[in-house]
Amino acid sequence: MKRNFLAKAYIWLLLILLYAPMVIIGVFSFTEAKVLGNWTGFSVGLYKSLFTSGAHEALMSALLNTLIIGLVASTLATALGTVSAIGIFNLRNKRFKAAMNTMNNIPILNADIITGVSLFLLFVSLGVTQGYVTLTLCHVTFCTPYVVLSVMPRLKQMNPNTFEAALDLGATPSQALRKVILPQIKSGMVSGFLLSFILSIDDFEVSVFNVGTNGLQTLSTFIYADSRKGGLTPELRPMITITFVVILAILIIMNLRTKTNTQTKTLK
Amino acid sequence: MGKIKQFFGRRSSWSIPYLIFMLIFVVLPLILVVFYAFRSPQGGFTLDNIKTFINEKESVNTLLYSIGIALINTAICILLGYPAAYILSSSRFSSSSVMVALFLIPMFINVLMRTLATVALFGFIHVPLGQATLIFGMVYNYLPFMILPIYTVLQKLDRSYIEAAQDLGADSMRVFFRVTLPLSMPGVVSGIMMVFMPTISTFAIAELLTMNNIKLFGTIIQENINNGMWNYGALLSLIMLILIVLTNLFNEDKEEASAAGGLI
Repeated sequence: MKRNFLAKAYIWLLLILLYAPMVIIGVFSFTEAKVLGNWTGFSVGLYKSLFTSGAHEALMSALLNTLIIGLVASTLATALGTVSAIGIFNLRNKRFKAAMNTMNNIPILNADIITGVSLFLLFVSLGVTQGYVTLTLCHVTFCTPYVVLSVMPRLKQMNPNTFEAALDLGATPSQALRKVILPQIKSGMVSGFLLSFILSIDDFEVSVFNVGTNGLQTLSTFIYADSRKGGLTPELRPMITITFVVILAILIIMNLRTKTNTQTKTLK
Repeated sequence: MGKIKQFFGRRSSWSIPYLIFMLIFVVLPLILVVFYAFRSPQGGFTLDNIKTFINEKESVNTLLYSIGIALINTAICILLGYPAAYILSSSRFSSSSVMVALFLIPMFINVLMRTLATVALFGFIHVPLGQATLIFGMVYNYLPFMILPIYTVLQKLDRSYIEAAQDLGADSMRVFFRVTLPLSMPGVVSGIMMVFMPTISTFAIAELLTMNNIKLFGTIIQENINNGMWNYGALLSLIMLILIVLTNLFNEDKEEASAAGGLI
């Protein structure tokens, strides 16, 4: 009984420590003081001013860029990753298959900073101006491997003959893909997509090298630039709080919905 | 036309676009890192960058210092994370999955937001920023990455081994050190992979947590690239890359390394 209590106390203590910084940001998002830590009375002024159009154009456009790039990149990564996973899964040549898997693992195992620097060098050597398109391509590069890894286990669970059967029964390859393979690997695609989206909106180290010099900012690079200038934009506090609460809500709901066996299934 | 159709009818051909994509966006960039590392700013092959690295003590010292910080961070993460993963996996909580999720959520918050929140915490309790806050911030950022793989392994662990050890008369300490701990080592190794290298290569965390007073290896890579010293920056990246390859040789199980990818 006593051990049980100690164990629980330890977990709660760790959680409190982990969440303390976020709680402080949250609390101080309800006061208007410029410097964090000064309490100048309760106010929702920062929230209002965050959503006042025009007041924080740079911050809002950074947020918008982050969401757009996140959606586009994770959609592209899901499409590319799914097709590739099917392709890799069906490769007969063992060496080629191993080579593909190894290459697929490079962006996962590599440090983000190296991925960022190497892609930066790529665009510089090719003489391509960095901007929206190149940044999206960078995000596709580090998201696709995760989609491949999410879809692959589903393919392994599938009956390999169903695709051939569909073809024999007169389906075109694209029909067979849509009606036979896709329904069976959909859950893997969804996890791959969600993971890609989170990775993309969360990314800093790849983006910071590849936003280019045309003033394109994602939320991460904006916060970085802002913190370097000293004096953080106070409106970041409500922004961080909202992001935190939204992600917290999504993950808790997802977790409550996919309990027990469905959870172990999607964990793979 | 028929041949093209036949080609795409074979599902193995569907890997070709990705092969081309990876050659351009994964392999070629890494080759360029090597290429730039051995090139002078004027063009042409040179070993000057390596000479600078060896002669100029700053980079070497930063690398060693970063490895030191990473070792401390990894050790603290294991010491704090292992018990947490152990407790969570032993289902003392009725709502264990929610508890696990609570530990993992910080992973999904933007790293800069997390770090700024830590800086805010230190400001709030009036702790000056320095090495101690750097280590705390690192632990705060990387602890979930240690807990997740250990938890995953512990949860899959076959309970009958533990029961067998108990039946054979081992006390709980012995069961833990002779059975549970050795069996959970793969999780610890993955955790180390996910904490150690990222600590060395990260730059924003160190910058924000020490007001840029303490530099880690990632910081000097970023500074060189940002200041147009691409060749020297490329060499530093290459050194980092070699370190990553070396540590990965110890970790054969690639699927474990992507444990974070398996959360959803």
